[in-house]
Amino acid sequence: MAIQSEFLKGVPYFSGLGPAELESVGRVVFEKTAGRAEMLVLEGETATNLYFVGSGAVKVFRTSVEGKEQILSIARPGESFNDVGIFDGGPNTASARAMGPVVLYGIKKDDVHAILQAHARISLNVIRVLAGRVRDLVTLVEDLSFRHVIGRVARILAEQAGGNGERGPRLTQQEMAAMAGTAREVVGRSLKALEEEGAIRLDRHRIIITDKKALRRMIEAPE
Amino acid sequence: MAEMPVVDVARCDGCGLCVGVCRCGALMLVGSIVVVAETAECDWCTDCELVCPTGAISCPFEIIIQET
Repeated sequence: MAIQSEFLKGVPYFSGLGPAELESVGRVVFEKTAGRAEMLVLEGETATNLYFVGSGAVKVFRTSVEGKEQILSIARPGESFNDVGIFDGGPNTASARAMGPVVLYGIKKDDVHAILQAHARISLNVIRVLAGRVRDLVTLVEDLSFRHVIGRVARILAEQAGGNGERGPRLTQQEMAAMAGTAREVVGRSLKALEEEGAIRLDRHRIIITDKKALRRMIEAPE
Repeated sequence: MAEMPVVDVARCDGCGLCVGVCRCGALMLVGSIVVVAETAECDWCTDCELVCPTGAISCPFEIIIQET
């Protein structure tokens, strides 16, 4: 299928492959479409397919026992998800959900292994992509395990809040992340945690500090 | 007037990812630029900001104190 070859050329896993190699890969690729909020992969289930995003965006996340989500990454066109379980034979390490209508290109696990054995170039590309992903995850692990990010986000809110009828500066989650020295995904979770503590209320584009004492407690919580 | 996500047209590359994830239909591609239509349906999910690969779309929060 012509569109697949054109698409595969732009996928980092298949970078540098010639037309014949791309064609052989293309033979085992299948197309799958999904609608908004459709679950594509479930954490813990047996990994069966490696997916590449053709169009749209896919949220890759883990869910805690309390049902809280931690976003691990957003897979955009050309990027893959569900790699780990495919390569190590274990279960899916995370869930994946379509954020809107998506077109995916999938390859079955056995076909992935056959491709890797046939084309050493792809193995090198895969190593490079996965190393980059490990690098990102190590940063996220550091944020989640060693830093009291919630307290820092709470401090930013306390310092930036408008008072005496004046409007404070408006901040995106990305900007709060930069100020707190963390990832945007961690800020989103911190805001939810502060809301659960009753310190703030999220009201559409407003973060309303409803309990300054509770916010102060979160700021002063030990590292 | 409803507050809406803000698009920096200089950074927008017209990829359309934000249009695809928008749940309320507030975003649309006009040519190769995303435009925002005002709607009260937008619940500030910030997914458009999350998926934007160029940082062209932002959903800023106003931080206010309102103790009861």
